[in-house]
Amino acid sequence: MSDLKRTALYDLHLELGAKMVPFAGWEMPVQYGPGVMKEHLHTRAAAGLFDVSHMGQVILRGPGAAEALERLVPVDVMGLAEGRQRYALFTNEDGGIIDDLMVANKGDHLLLVVNAARAEVDLAHMREHLPEIEIDHITGRALIALQGSMAEDALAALNPAAREMRFMDVTEMDLAGATCWVSRSGYTGEDGYEISVPNTMGPRLAKALLENADVQPVGLGARDSLRLEAGLCLYGSDIDETTSPVEAGLTWAIQKVRRGGGAREGGFPGAERILRELTDGPARKRVGLLPEGRAPMRAHTALFAAEDGGEAVGEITSGAFGPSIGWPMSMGYVPADLAAEGTALWGEVRGKRLPVSVAPLPFQAQTYKR
Amino acid sequence: MKYTEEHEWLADADGVVTVGITAHAAEQLGDIVFVELPEVGSAVAKDDEIVVIESVKAASDIMAPLDGEIVAVNEAIVEEPGKVNEDPEGEAWFFKIKPSDPGQMADYMDEAAYKDFIG
Repeated sequence: MSDLKRTALYDLHLELGAKMVPFAGWEMPVQYGPGVMKEHLHTRAAAGLFDVSHMGQVILRGPGAAEALERLVPVDVMGLAEGRQRYALFTNEDGGIIDDLMVANKGDHLLLVVNAARAEVDLAHMREHLPEIEIDHITGRALIALQGSMAEDALAALNPAAREMRFMDVTEMDLAGATCWVSRSGYTGEDGYEISVPNTMGPRLAKALLENADVQPVGLGARDSLRLEAGLCLYGSDIDETTSPVEAGLTWAIQKVRRGGGAREGGFPGAERILRELTDGPARKRVGLLPEGRAPMRAHTALFAAEDGGEAVGEITSGAFGPSIGWPMSMGYVPADLAAEGTALWGEVRGKRLPVSVAPLPFQAQTYKR
Repeated sequence: MKYTEEHEWLADADGVVTVGITAHAAEQLGDIVFVELPEVGSAVAKDDEIVVIESVKAASDIMAPLDGEIVAVNEAIVEEPGKVNEDPEGEAWFFKIKPSDPGQMADYMDEAAYKDFIG
């Protein structure tokens, strides 16, 4: 794995007994000793510590940064208050999704967190289309997610100010001697925080959090099952350059001001398709899917509208066993007329069509501190 | 007890061979979430894929180690696949097979050889 990048927490992962795997050009912990199932359950019951330093941290500077960024996302960035964060999407000219990301308003700059596998694409995209904006790829900071029902107590033990934050707040905070950029957010459906810390201080902060018996390290394996139970999209699986935000059910991320009739209607790549789909509805939709039996239906499983015959009507994009719900779960795309909750479909697993029904998302209720 | 290179264990008792997966295999697979077993009474040939096992990571097949007839399957691990991680070489056996050619048992490793095999 010599060509792979290592995060500031690499040595700590080895000390903690992690199994390391290549992921998006990085050498990352997929699980630790307890394994995916226990790590997943521990996160919801107590708190999990995740190294997400592979994700790209990007600062946009300049007085017009918010206005400029709106040229690339169907999102109200100008209306984002200082100290607040919001989910966003880079769209392409066809109305597909180049990446999904977080945007935080930190007063004199915007802080973006983008997917590891898309960071270079996103940077090139922004540099091409936002020439007047200073774009700084931050490589000197680690990113640690602390997630779970006891995350607040664990972080407040290092700095009581953590309790004052609510979901999607961002602030700077001293933690274990380091000046950290903290947001109350995450990718598990649980309350929690994402903490940007200078690389040199990362291991010290992680160890300080792990000294708390309620906090255990959690790998990418459980991160994936946690986000799927929470109904959250994984870029490259559930959303990509061919799926529109409307098909993906991400219309909540497109504020009124950017929609038809809004003060800053359109003006982002693919607006024609996306605004049309907002009005007329998309041809296909991302839905939750619960198999009737215990066999997991994984990504690329073909979906059919009948037990026998006919062409595939859709495909599963994510599928796994859900440790908290105790049952397999999937997400996928189906034609709009087959997207109603309870619609009976069949997924083809090992040559057999097995029953599966359209189910509401999330599978596991989110517990954000709003 | 005999062992296959596919990490199955075979315990012969009075002409019926009980088959399961080794603790090493269960550890490598990770948390097991789904098991599909063959039908009792089915005739199987050596190397037929007769069991599907899925962990949190991936699906894998288990092959029939011998020619013969399936005479029992362990429904308890279908209901609770996690038992395979808890007690793979005991309660969480997979199936019992009545071999048509018991001589095939000689193809497999003994415990010492299997330990060498997994290093």
